[in-house]
Amino acid sequence: MFDTLLLWPVILPLAGAALAAALHAFPAVQRQVALTTMVLTFGASLFLVDAVMEGAILTKAFGGWMPPFGIVFVADRFSAAMVVISSLLALCALVFAMGDLRQRQVRSGFYPLFLGLMIGVNGAFLTGDIFNLYVWFEVMLIATLGLITLDRTRAQIDGAIKYAVLNLFSTILFLMAVGLLYGATGTLNMADLAVVLPQTEPSAALTLTAMMFLLAFGIKAGFFPMFFWLPASYHTASIIVSAVFAGLLTKVGVYALFRVFTLLFEVDNGTLKPLIAVIAAGTMLFGVFGAAIQWDVRRILSFHIISQIGYIMLGLAVATPLALAGAVFYIIHHIVVKANLFFVAGAIHRATGSFDLRKSGGLMKASPLLAVLFAIPALSLAGIPPLSGFWAKFMVVDASFQGEAAWLAAVALFVGLLTIFSMSKIWIEAFWKEHPRAVRARPVPAVMLVPIAALGIITLAIGFNPEPLVAFSNLAAESMGDRTQLIGAFYGGEHTAGVTP
Amino acid sequence: MEPVLAIFVGLLFTTAIYLMTSRHTIRILMGVAVLGNGVNLLIFTSGRLTRDVPPIIPAGLDAPLIPIANPLPQALILTAIVISFSFFAFLLVLGFRAYQELATDDSRDMRLAEPADDPLPPLGY
Amino acid sequence: MSVIFSTMSRLFFVLMLVASIYMLFRGHNEPGGGFIGGLFAALAFALLALADSVAAARKALIVHPVVLIGCGLFLAFLSGLPGLFSDGSFLTHWWAELGSTHLGTATIFDIGVFMVVIGGVLALVFRFYEGVEQ
Repeated sequence: MFDTLLLWPVILPLAGAALAAALHAFPAVQRQVALTTMVLTFGASLFLVDAVMEGAILTKAFGGWMPPFGIVFVADRFSAAMVVISSLLALCALVFAMGDLRQRQVRSGFYPLFLGLMIGVNGAFLTGDIFNLYVWFEVMLIATLGLITLDRTRAQIDGAIKYAVLNLFSTILFLMAVGLLYGATGTLNMADLAVVLPQTEPSAALTLTAMMFLLAFGIKAGFFPMFFWLPASYHTASIIVSAVFAGLLTKVGVYALFRVFTLLFEVDNGTLKPLIAVIAAGTMLFGVFGAAIQWDVRRILSFHIISQIGYIMLGLAVATPLALAGAVFYIIHHIVVKANLFFVAGAIHRATGSFDLRKSGGLMKASPLLAVLFAIPALSLAGIPPLSGFWAKFMVVDASFQGEAAWLAAVALFVGLLTIFSMSKIWIEAFWKEHPRAVRARPVPAVMLVPIAALGIITLAIGFNPEPLVAFSNLAAESMGDRTQLIGAFYGGEHTAGVTP
Repeated sequence: MEPVLAIFVGLLFTTAIYLMTSRHTIRILMGVAVLGNGVNLLIFTSGRLTRDVPPIIPAGLDAPLIPIANPLPQALILTAIVISFSFFAFLLVLGFRAYQELATDDSRDMRLAEPADDPLPPLGY
Repeated sequence: MSVIFSTMSRLFFVLMLVASIYMLFRGHNEPGGGFIGGLFAALAFALLALADSVAAARKALIVHPVVLIGCGLFLAFLSGLPGLFSDGSFLTHWWAELGSTHLGTATIFDIGVFMVVIGGVLALVFRFYEGVEQ
């Protein structure tokens, strides 16, 4: 019974997306279908986390075909945590959408596309076959392309072209890397690759494959210097879509990178580690420099996505178990906080009518609740104790000091300072100062404040009681770095012999 | 035979990257199509080229008696073709829509999402 | 469009639909299958859109293309469910042999793919043609 748990986070959104598309003519029913599906998916993902909490690694083969030829879904702690957080985020986005989504957007197909995105995200987190990972990335890409152009405004079409071309380029590179990997090893199953790759002699094809993976997932995750599609497109979409993109899309790229570079390739050899370290530092710095000059709230937050991805990459650059644990903690913290900040930006837009900070103001007096709800994720992003961001930054900086990469820690702390600058800029412009035209702020509906408050409570809970999540991250990092557990979970069950072409 | 195909794949990649670094949307589209085809050919070549029969097991047997062609790269390429076809169709409509709405094909003139004349950051408080 | 094209398009429409269904069921043991069958059928409707107008093609399709996508996807999902009961894994197919024909849940999956491809291609094609027609 336990291993069917792996299927539900993918099958339920599939059924929901199909129903929502078939009920194209009934928008109200679509919303009920989507909410029910996401509630059920979130429940299933909670059961999944519960099942892997003790350390068991669940596997499930599809269609009755045995690995390594059949496609297998695998869940360890890291994957299960990702599935839970993304389902929670999707649920919050749907609740927010009850207050913010317009009829025209629903008629353009928001709900089927959104559920399609969740199929891809959950599938990418759970799959154990590297070609299947490519398929889920493509499902996500198609769904996001539809979501970005939902309103068909000119800015959206402009942003969509840049997003589409660069992300397509990255998935085709990913496919190339998978093709080369298959040619060199003869298998596509991740655990089988983890067994076969150390025995394959190093060749130019394998080095090229590793670099292509880094490049492809780097474009997807938003590394320096490949992140320029992100600030060009994320702010054009409607705010719910931006929030879900910010919380999920880049993290799937980061997750895939972690899987490839802990399971298949080592980060510990000569050139890869300094390269990833330099990329991480550049990502952190240039993300936050880009944010410092923006006036649009969404663009500031988009640049901050990039700089926080740099922190997560810092964990991979140091590659000790503590650093990987810090990275896992950071991913979970960041998904919650970044989506929350985008939701707050949506609430600011509802209250003042604009995303431009020069045209907003006076929200502190008009809605002190919103001010507090902004302060929690903003201070958490900057890393102020006792919020979750402080513990995340602490783990990552501590790991880089212990891993003898103190310069990375210095960059991380400096970037934290600039993050405070950005967050205080938003605070001063949107909340503190008077509105430039002395216009009264419109009330924000409660259904928009509920998900913001829920995510804020999670941030506070992680911040005041970090120990369970820290322990969980440590265990997750252990199972990430220790390939034998994953391989044992596969080869404990039935399998067929691998074949080299 | 494989080196010849490998060189051909390289040529396809060169063409694709040259097209994708162009200014015009339609050329970028063509580049994406050629790149997709190049990668499909790469997967085909990396499955090794053999002169074998199609991978179908004769009736009544459980396993093939003679060497058969490798079916896995064929399955990968089929999936990749389907996906890249749907992408190409979407990009075509998107490019056409962009030409209609933004009245230009030149991506340098598409500055709606990131305007060129963005105002200066706050210089003081 | 010319009268010849308009008249012949009706004949070709029916022929192409029959060919698409043939392609769909041929895919079990020979080249064919849901994807290429769906492309044939979508081409048939696109031909109708070219010859008469997109409105005529939409009427021939009866449902909105997105509804077709949804129904096809739901059929594909349903075809994977029986595997859950027999084997505990999704998409394990059940087969039945009626004489010399193999029928199974994989056929339902393929029909689902057929509908998704028709719906997907036509959603794009109709939008494109409408944009060109103005």
